[in-house]
Amino acid sequence: MTEQDGYNLRLYVAGQTPKSLNAIANLKKLCEKHLTGRYTIEVIDLMKDPALAQRDQIVAIPTLIRQLPEPLKRIIGDLSNAEKVLVGLDIAPT
Amino acid sequence: MLCGSAGCGKTLFSMTFLYNGATQFDEPGVFIAFEEQPEDLVKNVGSLSYDIQRLIDEKKLAVDHIHIDRNEIEESGEYDLDGLFIRLGFAIDSVKAKRVVIDTIETLFGGLDNEAVLRSELRRLFEWLKEKGVTAIITGERGDGQLTRYGLEEYVADCVILLDNRVQEQLSTRRLRIVKYRGSAHGTNEYPFIIDEQGITVMPVTSAGLAHDASTERISSGIPDLDAMLEGKGYFKGSSILISGMAGSGKSTTSAHFADAACARGERCIYFAMEESPAQIMRNMKSIGLDLQHWVDKGLLKFSARRPNLYGLETHLAAMHREVREFDPAAVVVDPMSALMSAGVTTDVQSMILRLVDFLKSRGITALFTNLGHGQAESATTEMQISSLMDVWLLLYNRETNGEHNRQLYLIKSRGMAHSNQVREFIMSRDGIKLREAYIGPEGVLTGSARLAQEAKEKAAALDRQQEIERRNRDIARKRREIAAQIEALQAELDGEVAEASLLTEQADASREQLDADRTAMAAIRQVSSRAKAKAK
Repeated sequence: MTEQDGYNLRLYVAGQTPKSLNAIANLKKLCEKHLTGRYTIEVIDLMKDPALAQRDQIVAIPTLIRQLPEPLKRIIGDLSNAEKVLVGLDIAPT
Repeated sequence: MLCGSAGCGKTLFSMTFLYNGATQFDEPGVFIAFEEQPEDLVKNVGSLSYDIQRLIDEKKLAVDHIHIDRNEIEESGEYDLDGLFIRLGFAIDSVKAKRVVIDTIETLFGGLDNEAVLRSELRRLFEWLKEKGVTAIITGERGDGQLTRYGLEEYVADCVILLDNRVQEQLSTRRLRIVKYRGSAHGTNEYPFIIDEQGITVMPVTSAGLAHDASTERISSGIPDLDAMLEGKGYFKGSSILISGMAGSGKSTTSAHFADAACARGERCIYFAMEESPAQIMRNMKSIGLDLQHWVDKGLLKFSARRPNLYGLETHLAAMHREVREFDPAAVVVDPMSALMSAGVTTDVQSMILRLVDFLKSRGITALFTNLGHGQAESATTEMQISSLMDVWLLLYNRETNGEHNRQLYLIKSRGMAHSNQVREFIMSRDGIKLREAYIGPEGVLTGSARLAQEAKEKAAALDRQQEIERRNRDIARKRREIAAQIEALQAELDGEVAEASLLTEQADASREQLDADRTAMAAIRQVSSRAKAKAK
């Protein structure tokens, strides 16, 4: 994995709700399939650390933020629609 | 719920709620801004002398900006607004807030597509806020045919306040109406409010009761001759005085005298000047010997000059209210009240004056209003139909006779006192205003030079009469002397006749005596002769 073309993803969830768990699972599945070895995922639980919500302008839960590469992208929802996630993350389906 | 169209003061209204909560009631607040950056917000309300930054530093206020950009967001699958809840909860906990403002939550509808989710989440949000025990103001844009564009009032149902900024005759007035407020008997009218550097001021449209205290204290009108017409004591304290008259009839001068008298008593006075600048008034009043400047310097007199059409009536009223509250005067002059006509329609002006009079009376302030009349001064009405509100009504007018204008003053009414009913001539001199008794005679009321001429005529007539009397007196004296002389002459005549008569008597006596003597002598002779006859026999 290189920093230049690597995907730095941050997933905000709130507790262990079905939506959150779905989102985490869906994201991992997607990344493994399309971004093998080119990604890092940071899962942030706002229940534990609410102050972070302000930093990244989180309103909806779950929210996925693509930190890198620029520009910043955000996708909300449990990521069940894989096609939309790929469009949102600018990942060409392989 | 606070709703209204753009620019009607929603943000300021809600910020006032938080600011006063934090500063006056020790209730910290949270401001969730969807539209403005916190820095902008702090700067913008800073113009209202709200020091938001200090409150933030003191942890009495938390400002959170929620930014939603549709372009950045892609939706995939189900989501909820837990993030918003968490941020709100975090902000509330960080300052232990009791008050929350969300401005403007409808932005969410613009940023997120799934309206069904949003609606259910908002319902959950409001319930959650209620559970938290915070008072929340939710602002919303006014929509067509309903209070808010997205029908938010369905969810927030405890109290709905509608703000409105309406333009009437080119003047905008902000108004506020409580649409609903559960569990309270709220006023249902529209209440005007203003926003200025002091924040938001709402004024009740009218105080319904008429329960002013009536003072029996009397205060001078500043014109000794006018006081004399008012039982020699002047106006009642706390009364309302209307001075109406045409242009140049001396309204401002009379007002200035009143203000001067108030200051001379050591009372404070506000002079609301609608047409002249303070400097101009002071200069003009100097010409009649009134020095208002030194009262201003002493802090007893305050001029408040404002253009009537600068802002709406309500703003004027609110500004006047505030100045009166701050300065706490015993006397107020509004010169001229009629200038307010240009700031609104007649009914509004009337109701505004009514409220002003009401407000001043409730504070026991003696108020003097001037009214510029047009045309015939005798037609005793004011354009605003407010004369009935006034306790004292002075009418000043110019009357043209013999090619000159002369000022006259009358007291049309003065409640609660035996006032003079005479028309007086009103003279402005270097020493102030003087009232002269006008000449009232068979030729009507005479003033000015006509009065002087009449007075001269009377003086001449009086002189004539005096001379006539003297002449008569001389005649009589002469006659008396003549008669006395006649009496003397007659007496002399009588004396002469008496003397003659006594002479005659004397002569008669003398002749009778002579006769007697003759007779005796004759008798003696006869006796002698008879004896001789007898001897001869």
